[in-house]
Amino acid sequence: MRQLIAVLCLSPAAGPGQSAAGHIARARTRIYAVAVVNDGAASDTALERGREAGDAELARRADWIRLKTVELIAQAGLGHYSSTFSCAEIIATLYYSVLRLDPAFPGWPDRDRFLLGKGHVATGLWPVLADLGYYPSDWLRQFGTVGSPLNDHPNMRLAPGIDFSSGSLGHNLSVGAGMAYAGRLARRDYRVFVLTGDGELQEGQVWEAAMAASHYKLGNLVAIIDANGFSGSGPTSEAMNIEPLAARFEAFGWLVREVDGHDIPVLRATFDSLPDPVTGPQPVAVIARTQKGHGVEMFEKQPQAWHLGLLTDEQRTDVEAEIGARMELLP
Amino acid sequence: MTEVPAVPATPDPAPTLTRTPKMVDVFSDIERETALKANPAGYAVTELAAQDPRVLTLTADLSNTLAEFREKFPERYIELGIAETNSVSFAAGLAACGFVPYIFSMAPFGVLKTAEQLRTDVDYNHLPVRLVGRLSGLAMGYFGTSHYAVEDIAIARTLNNTVVVAPADAASTTALMQLVATLDAPAYIRIAEAPEPVYSQPPAYELGKWPRLAEGGHVTIAAHGMGVGLALRAAHDLRARDGIAAEVLDAAFLKPFDEEGLIASATKTGKVLTVEDHSVVGGLGALVAQTVARHGLAVKLAQVALPAADLEVGVPAELYEYYGLTVAGVAAAVRELLMR
Repeated sequence: MRQLIAVLCLSPAAGPGQSAAGHIARARTRIYAVAVVNDGAASDTALERGREAGDAELARRADWIRLKTVELIAQAGLGHYSSTFSCAEIIATLYYSVLRLDPAFPGWPDRDRFLLGKGHVATGLWPVLADLGYYPSDWLRQFGTVGSPLNDHPNMRLAPGIDFSSGSLGHNLSVGAGMAYAGRLARRDYRVFVLTGDGELQEGQVWEAAMAASHYKLGNLVAIIDANGFSGSGPTSEAMNIEPLAARFEAFGWLVREVDGHDIPVLRATFDSLPDPVTGPQPVAVIARTQKGHGVEMFEKQPQAWHLGLLTDEQRTDVEAEIGARMELLP
Repeated sequence: MTEVPAVPATPDPAPTLTRTPKMVDVFSDIERETALKANPAGYAVTELAAQDPRVLTLTADLSNTLAEFREKFPERYIELGIAETNSVSFAAGLAACGFVPYIFSMAPFGVLKTAEQLRTDVDYNHLPVRLVGRLSGLAMGYFGTSHYAVEDIAIARTLNNTVVVAPADAASTTALMQLVATLDAPAYIRIAEAPEPVYSQPPAYELGKWPRLAEGGHVTIAAHGMGVGLALRAAHDLRARDGIAAEVLDAAFLKPFDEEGLIASATKTGKVLTVEDHSVVGGLGALVAQTVARHGLAVKLAQVALPAADLEVGVPAELYEYYGLTVAGVAAAVRELLMR
């Protein structure tokens, strides 16, 4: 089932040259393939890219992610509702249609990587990874307790299916760039997806990574910005303006796609038409315009209040009813 | 003992330092011409790359320190510009995909600026990223205190899974680079800039063990990096001039460290002097004090180190004189300790 991996176009002319002064003077921006490390074939359980999943089913899955998030937060006693709700469609689309995965072999070298840069929304990821079979569903019941492998921010050492730990905003785009570079070195055709928040883009390290990714033409790197417009303390661009996002990424040499982050057909079409990961000459920024707290009226009206919180029992019943009713209504 | 101290066994004439008040220039061709002596880490990593195809090197604007590596393995060198934090997280991503990245960085920026990336992305995830800190301590003295790395060991020692080593000289650097290469763990390798030689050939280090370079019953001198050569020469002078028998330990491993060797020596001598081009806070001196206290030993301690205060600026050799990081300074500290 493995696809043939295209050989990188390598030009000796792009290699280092010797200047008259005798030291290496020429900047090298082309990556040379060096080695295939830790080779491994996919198993029968591998999930291919672009899997057929109906748009209605993906929408239902996004709402299921919302319901499970409410459940996990109730269990733990505190959590990030509205930040998770803004990216539910993105997570559902990636994991149930877009990503090449093998839940039976989380370390499969050719898998697509997914990095949850905005690590505080792991409550939206844990039920998905359990559902796909990375670990038993009863692990979810330990969430929020001491010793649980599933934390409020993901830890790659503890949870199968987590490609890299996160929690400190601004790190994961750098990590993802390193992974994408590794893919080029090892001649693998995987993609690396990094989901960041929009407030996260205020971190300077993000732009160091953005520079490096375009410098090295990492077309196998995809940043998805969950641009819900809010950070922990208020509207993102009131705290520190990050707009115009598309122009900024373009100026850093990225290919930019600006989309409605809740529109599943658009998300699928965007991800399905990504440039080839082996030959793509530019990293891709998918700016997903989203609504913080999307899918629950109370959260949508007060996204800030529900950035971090805990629903009362009564509120929880109402929220679950609102989401549940929509899931019933979907075809 | 397989270590071969370069100091002659005969007491006279006393070895003298040839250090000149010159700055290390890591940006010019001089670096290449003098690399074997001045840049053993750059040579060592080239050897490692020949042995292991997973080895990569990265720098944040320090490409000349890897001139030889870049010639031999251009495809395995990654320049990341003046962006240390990105370099560390980027290296963590490479390591998570099976590569073994060595980041060559100026110690003050490589460790201090990126402490959180090292902790969160490298150390907590147990990834085999190796940070090679050039220009540690006061090596960039003339450039000002922004360029000092005198808190780096204190920070690196708090990273639970990271191995922290400080080679004494070029041969020691080669040996420790080879040893670290066998570890599936993060590492910080703190390079002293062209110190006087201690070892005539790469010593056979054992992880976490401090080689005993001189035996003596009056006082223990534990040192790392440039301090080892000072300690060894001071011990030589003390024996020759004062009849003081100092035991010298090469504390190349700051983590894990040689608790057993330290306690054995401290128990024997009852007095321990530590020597390091690092702050008195959080370095070898603090490690020794904490350890002997935990063992309940009644041991007198002293430190030759940099004060926890605003530091002066100047060329390294003059700063070393100023702060007593000299053979005479170490000998004087020993005499003072023995008088107490």
